[in-house]
Amino acid sequence: MKLTRLALALGVAGLFASTADVPSAQAKYDAFTVPSLVYRTGAYAPNGIPVANGFLDYFNMLNERDGGIEGIKVNVLECETAYNTKQAVECYENTKNEGQSGALAINPRSTGATYALIPKTTEDKIPLLTLGYGRTSAANGKVFPYIFNPPGTYWSQATVFIKYIAQQEGGMENLKGKKIALVYHNSAYGKEPIKTLETLAAKHGFELMLLPVDHPGQEQKATWLQVRRGKPDWLLMWGWGVMNQVAIKEAAAIRFPMDKFIGVWWSGSENDVAPSGPAAKGYLAGTMHAPGSNFGALEEIRKHLYAKGKGAGEESRIGEVLYNRGLLEAVLTAEAIRNAIKIHGTTDIRGEHVRDGFEAIKLDDAAFKRLDLEGFMPPIEITCENHEGNGKIAVQQWDPDTGKWTVVSDWIEPMRDLVNELVSEDSAAFAAENNITPRQCN
Amino acid sequence: MLYRETGQFKRNYAADQQLFPIFQDKILLGVILTVALAVIPFVINDYWSKAILLPFMVYSFIALGLNILVGYCGQISLGTGGFMAVGAYSSYKLCTAFPEMNLVFVILLSGGCTAAVGVLFGLPSLRIKGFYLAVATLAAQFFLIWMFNKVPWFYNYEMSQITAPPREMFGFLVSGPQASPTAQYLFVLGFLIVFTWIALNLVRGRIGRSWMSIRDMDIAAELLGIKPLKTKLSAFAVSSFYIGIGGALIFHIWLGTVEATEAFDILQSFFVLFAIIIGGLGSVLGAYLGAAFMALMPVGLKVVLVDGAGMAVDTAKHIEIMLVGSLIIFFLIKEPHGLARMWQITKEKLRLWPFPY
Repeated sequence: MKLTRLALALGVAGLFASTADVPSAQAKYDAFTVPSLVYRTGAYAPNGIPVANGFLDYFNMLNERDGGIEGIKVNVLECETAYNTKQAVECYENTKNEGQSGALAINPRSTGATYALIPKTTEDKIPLLTLGYGRTSAANGKVFPYIFNPPGTYWSQATVFIKYIAQQEGGMENLKGKKIALVYHNSAYGKEPIKTLETLAAKHGFELMLLPVDHPGQEQKATWLQVRRGKPDWLLMWGWGVMNQVAIKEAAAIRFPMDKFIGVWWSGSENDVAPSGPAAKGYLAGTMHAPGSNFGALEEIRKHLYAKGKGAGEESRIGEVLYNRGLLEAVLTAEAIRNAIKIHGTTDIRGEHVRDGFEAIKLDDAAFKRLDLEGFMPPIEITCENHEGNGKIAVQQWDPDTGKWTVVSDWIEPMRDLVNELVSEDSAAFAAENNITPRQCN
Repeated sequence: MLYRETGQFKRNYAADQQLFPIFQDKILLGVILTVALAVIPFVINDYWSKAILLPFMVYSFIALGLNILVGYCGQISLGTGGFMAVGAYSSYKLCTAFPEMNLVFVILLSGGCTAAVGVLFGLPSLRIKGFYLAVATLAAQFFLIWMFNKVPWFYNYEMSQITAPPREMFGFLVSGPQASPTAQYLFVLGFLIVFTWIALNLVRGRIGRSWMSIRDMDIAAELLGIKPLKTKLSAFAVSSFYIGIGGALIFHIWLGTVEATEAFDILQSFFVLFAIIIGGLGSVLGAYLGAAFMALMPVGLKVVLVDGAGMAVDTAKHIEIMLVGSLIIFFLIKEPHGLARMWQITKEKLRLWPFPY
């Protein structure tokens, strides 16, 4: 019977998957397990692929060049989620106990998956690195001991955008009477900055116009009709995936001035602007790190991986915005593992030790030099109570003629007072709702 | 030989009316229940719970509900995702408004809310039939998801992603991150067993027969004295009740956090509809088999291709999408009446085995 054989195959396969979860206390691990939840398929694949490649390449380069971290190779365990929370949960459960070390850090790369995994990883004592996305109030390490969202949250970024707009308009007082529109992915992710922007609108007297776009965002005609009618002075966008390209195309179609259109750092990659061709000239986007491939670490990746045909993607795409983002995830994860080994004096580390490693991350200019990433990003410092790491945020601009992003602003300091106030408010609510006693940090 | 009914006599009405009159069926059911109740709870771990058993059980539950509407009453519905969302969000509202309420009652009540919404959206079925009804229920899907995303009251004016608060049953946590896989599994299993038993009795009794008569020929049924209004709306109510409970279980037990636009989108409606078509329309067993096929096949293929054969994850995913698609076509060509019918044929064959003629 075909059916019985099928059922048998399924059963055997399932058994196979679940038997590998006995950690052993041997002298040295064969490898560190670092799962990577990727989406190389589905509606968000164009953005998911470069992130996944950057992450994978960096660890593979460490394996090739240094033999891993402290002589132990890093096993990057990719698991396909198709940007779907249910599949991400399956991936998490599948990978969390793999290998001798178990998962040392999880990168979910989706706000939906982050929310689903926050309670689970906290329970399982595995750090969750959500680089510039996820739950903003997780910046409060006292309430969220295992969640990290460096180098900045959406709320920080929203304040930076308003600061940038104020700079262009010649001061905060000139914001009065201006109209700023937010085009956002109609989900928990896209709605993140609204509260901050509303607070700022009330404080500085500008008018906020909210324009939701439903998943996946291929159809936005109605939204842009509203933009045309409302005539906002500035446009902000919180988009992801195909929504970005469509929005930039539509903005070009209604001749909205591109240099007054700022995307969140998830709406500012080559994939998003390229389909609009020359019309996207001048489009702005937030960024947490420098664009481009002129960094030593990327050279190393070329030398140790791509020259030998071991690269994860195409060589020409090294240095793309989202590739560098994936690389940064890997750099922080690797740094946390290194710190964990240093702090605990052993290579037999588990997720809870790597959490301490994350809380010891202090990357100043000298550290970036050591990592071959001079000038890659401004310093960040993660501590027990501050999981956001006080990163600074810049605005970059697209030039279709050279096909390159250039940073056009300084590295801007977010309005920390305002953001911290919102963070402590929201995390206190979360703690109360879930009976969490904030831990002590000293 | 294996499946021989010879000599199994029914001596009274009760014996004639039992759910599983054949001895071999009873043994099979006994074995399944023993494994489910006495073996799995002791060996289950997080992976088996969250990735395999909970999805399978929850989707079986929802498929059972949809099968009542589509398979037994013949009313096509594409609003399943929306009704699941009603179950999830009403359980969230009840749970946060009345923190002392037992989770079982929360879930049952949210099933009740969904039933009411289902009846509302079932009203057009009195005038619209077939594909046109599918379009009308599609409207329910889009409207409900839009509403849960748009109206902040449904998510308590916080994030539109709702999170299930921890709740206990008999001193054991069943929802929230600290809940043990065993407790969660048994909680869902309890629901599944009770409501499967109810469904089995419903569909063979007066109500189920009136559903089937409406499905087979509504005019003839009406001439026989079956009221279309009552019958169709009762099918919508019962079906939505099941689907709502399923949605609440997804939210509280399986995922712990959902966002209407993602967890209950239109693809969920198709997913469950495909499950019952593959499993077998108008069959309780079919709901189980279809849900197993749709929920477990991708996980199984992934495990075989990625963990077993060491294939790259994206290649495996693409192969999985193609393979699942072609398997659906294969099964539908091979047996248009679904896996449940296949099982029935197997039983007939076993009746004669090893002496087929």
